[in-house]
Amino acid sequence: MERLRAIILKEIWALLRDPKGRIILFAPPLLQLMIFSFATTLDVNNARIGILDQSGGAQAQELVQRIAASSNFGEIQRLSSHDGLARAIDRQEIIAAVVFEPGFDRALAAGKPATLGIILDGRRSNAAQIVAGYISNIASDAAAQRSGGSGPVSGIVTNWYNPSLDYIWFTLPSLIAIVSAVAGLSVTAQSVARERELGTFDQLMVSPLRMHEILIGKMIPPWLVGMLNGTIFLAVATLFFHVPFTGSLLLFYLSLAVYMFALIGVGMFVSAASTTQQQAFLGSFLAMVPLILLSGYASPIENMPDWLQMVTLINPARYFVVIVQGLFLKAMPLDLVLEQLWPLCLIAIATLSISAWLFRARME
Amino acid sequence: MTARQPLPVASAEGLVKRFGAGPAALDQVSIAIRPWQMTGLVGPDGAGKTTLIRILAGLMTADAGTLDILGGAPIDALEDIGYMPQRFGLYEDLSVLENLTLYAELRALPKAEHDATFDRLLTFTDLKRFQSRPAGKLSGGMKQKLGLACALVRTPKLLLLDEPGVGVDPISRRELWSMVSDLTEEGIGVLWSTAYLDEAENCDIVYLLNDGKLLFEGPPEALTDGIEGRVIKVTDFDDNRRHVLTRALDRSDVIDGTLQGRAVRLLVKEGCAPPDRTVLNEGEQTRVSQASARFEDGFIDILGGGPTGTSQLAQNYREIPVSDAPAISANGLTKKFGDFTAAEDMNFTVGRGQIFGLLGPNGAGKSTCFKMLCGLLTPTSGTGAVAGKDIRRAAAHARSSLGYMAQKFSLYGDLSVAQNLAFFAGVYNLGGAAAKAAIGQMTELFNLGDRLNVNAGTLPLGFKQRLALACAVMHQPPVLFLDEPTSGVDPVARREFWTHINGLVEKGVTVLVTTHFMDEAEYCDSVTLIYRARQIASGSPDDLKAEAARITGAGDPTMEDAFIALIERSEQSNAPGLAA
Repeated sequence: MERLRAIILKEIWALLRDPKGRIILFAPPLLQLMIFSFATTLDVNNARIGILDQSGGAQAQELVQRIAASSNFGEIQRLSSHDGLARAIDRQEIIAAVVFEPGFDRALAAGKPATLGIILDGRRSNAAQIVAGYISNIASDAAAQRSGGSGPVSGIVTNWYNPSLDYIWFTLPSLIAIVSAVAGLSVTAQSVARERELGTFDQLMVSPLRMHEILIGKMIPPWLVGMLNGTIFLAVATLFFHVPFTGSLLLFYLSLAVYMFALIGVGMFVSAASTTQQQAFLGSFLAMVPLILLSGYASPIENMPDWLQMVTLINPARYFVVIVQGLFLKAMPLDLVLEQLWPLCLIAIATLSISAWLFRARME
Repeated sequence: MTARQPLPVASAEGLVKRFGAGPAALDQVSIAIRPWQMTGLVGPDGAGKTTLIRILAGLMTADAGTLDILGGAPIDALEDIGYMPQRFGLYEDLSVLENLTLYAELRALPKAEHDATFDRLLTFTDLKRFQSRPAGKLSGGMKQKLGLACALVRTPKLLLLDEPGVGVDPISRRELWSMVSDLTEEGIGVLWSTAYLDEAENCDIVYLLNDGKLLFEGPPEALTDGIEGRVIKVTDFDDNRRHVLTRALDRSDVIDGTLQGRAVRLLVKEGCAPPDRTVLNEGEQTRVSQASARFEDGFIDILGGGPTGTSQLAQNYREIPVSDAPAISANGLTKKFGDFTAAEDMNFTVGRGQIFGLLGPNGAGKSTCFKMLCGLLTPTSGTGAVAGKDIRRAAAHARSSLGYMAQKFSLYGDLSVAQNLAFFAGVYNLGGAAAKAAIGQMTELFNLGDRLNVNAGTLPLGFKQRLALACAVMHQPPVLFLDEPTSGVDPVARREFWTHINGLVEKGVTVLVTTHFMDEAEYCDSVTLIYRARQIASGSPDDLKAEAARITGAGDPTMEDAFIALIERSEQSNAPGLAA
């Protein structure tokens, strides 16, 4: 016990003694959180769209008015023909065009469903998709306000959990998963590599410290840093960005703890494999990119090819993103959290065991 | 003499250089480097040697003082300065010839002269056979030779060599030295910096630097002549040599002493008569004779002498119980890395209270052997035991009975002295009161009291060494493993260290030391010389010297002579042409 205490204390001191090190532990993650949350906004504002109105009726006119009034759209370009439409999109004058077929008003007047055409610039698919979402929203709003049941759009999308469609509500919880991963992974990745580079690793190996004591001693401090960072992020998200936290704090910390262990396993693996701090840095970067890209934060997992979806199953961030979003926005109940938590536990056990194995194997 | 003194190629007056607060790295240092001469810049690590060389090479400017390099500022003389930093910038993946070509192009040597120059330099450095080998695959000595060749692609007027002998075995060191002294015969002014005091004796002019101050300048004989007659050699005493040294050092008329095989070498205080047999009282047979003074004696004399003989550390140490089992044993220890055999069939035993030395050039296998015994490497075959505990089966137990001091004192530089002590106390299972007592005792014994909150990395070298020793012995282990324990520290700190070790040995502590410093080897009771993964000679330092004397026919060889003679003999009995 004395030995374990000594090495944990030593590792904590090693992290905190250097004033620069102290700042690096907490300032960049917080900065990243801020920058990411402002830079990766998924809202589209001032998009320029075109209108091709071949119907000329009052209903179409009404819808055009509604679109023009939305703050999401800037200038509305009136188009006179399909050729003109093609040209406008081709030159990127507009990102999307709304087409009212000649029979639009007539169909509505007859109480039949009418179709609204939306043509999007596929080169800017992400923004265009969002614009399409806005337009169909406006259309369904308009339909809902007209009495009667029939409307121009058959599928009505309602945004649950994020009624104001405020994207920061979506991004911030996921960012907690991403940014704490960046911090937790790199701190662990440096730990063994630093000692190797400084030549103190042999000293450690010659001491009566058992292997597991060294491993635990090296894992606890980054874990504590991760938990502390998670707490800070939670506070910033709720107090500064006013993202509601609707779930259980206990479940949040339980999941964060398991998540950090899974990441520390990955970090320790990188560290044990590296002989210099530079290698460790590159190694943690190498692990970081797929961790983020395959987490479901940057792009929906359902949109990935099947084989890649299988790969995401071993990504700890995938599960934690779901948990943390759920806990923030929809008071995710225990059973749903557990559904995500048990694979996370398995991953943590796997990464920790593999890194311990490599650590032993790389002793020489 | 003065009439023949040529004008210096480089000279500096009153150089001062500071890095931040604290004492100056260079404090009023003046130096003159003359052509046709080997000028030695001698001093322990951290004395300011590299700072001075970097100023002379124009890589750094002094805060005060004047500088004259070939009649101007260094920046105007770059063409004529050859500079070899401690770690020469060789490109490890480029071959020997490619490195040379690169430096020739960097220094704008005309293409037409390339072939002739390379041919001359490769012949000169004896690297011709290896010209297509990648620089990273060369031995330490060959790397230094290649570095030297690269610094010489344009024949300089001033050659600045920053510790060319570091990390190089004695044979390569001698070769390098003779190459450089050939250069002085061409009229080049050479500055050779070194922490090895024996190298100083061979220089024409020596500048002795310590803590940024110039302690001595002039021909080395001027220093040794000053203490002539004060160095004595005591032999044929009755008692154990360590006891005799301890008692001698505790005398007020002796200011320094070392072991030299079965003899004890003493430096007598200025103005005191050298003690004779009756005064020393070490037995009827004792003989006291004059010994020739060495540069190191002169250095110690300037520093005011070494520590007294009794080690406080040892006095407070527990008595290690006597046991039947040897303290350290190696039985056929072998380590292979793939096809490469790093150590083969190592056999030796070390009894309680003995100092055993593993000697050999870098890369010969002594570190591999050392690492197997302290548990850092698992032997491929063979067995070993430390303090009676098998190094394979009871590795953790074996480790808890040894104290380990790594090369360059690998402490935690970002942690304070107190945190380092606390960590090592905890690691060796000292808790609560026991840890507190041990830390308090170490702090007092090693005089670390007012540095407890200082980061270990910023300590002066001598204090780092003390702290490293303190961390290694805090748990009072029966066995100590030391890896080049005193490399680069000043001679007084080195004496202090060996005083402690000698004291601990008297308490029954067994010491395994790996070194290629010959004066460290002299402290050993027995040594084994490892070369090309094998033990090529074993015995007491005196046995090895006697064996070397039989080989070479020369009388009274030094430990270094013995080292070289034994390796050369082994070399001859092996297949020729593989010399590296």
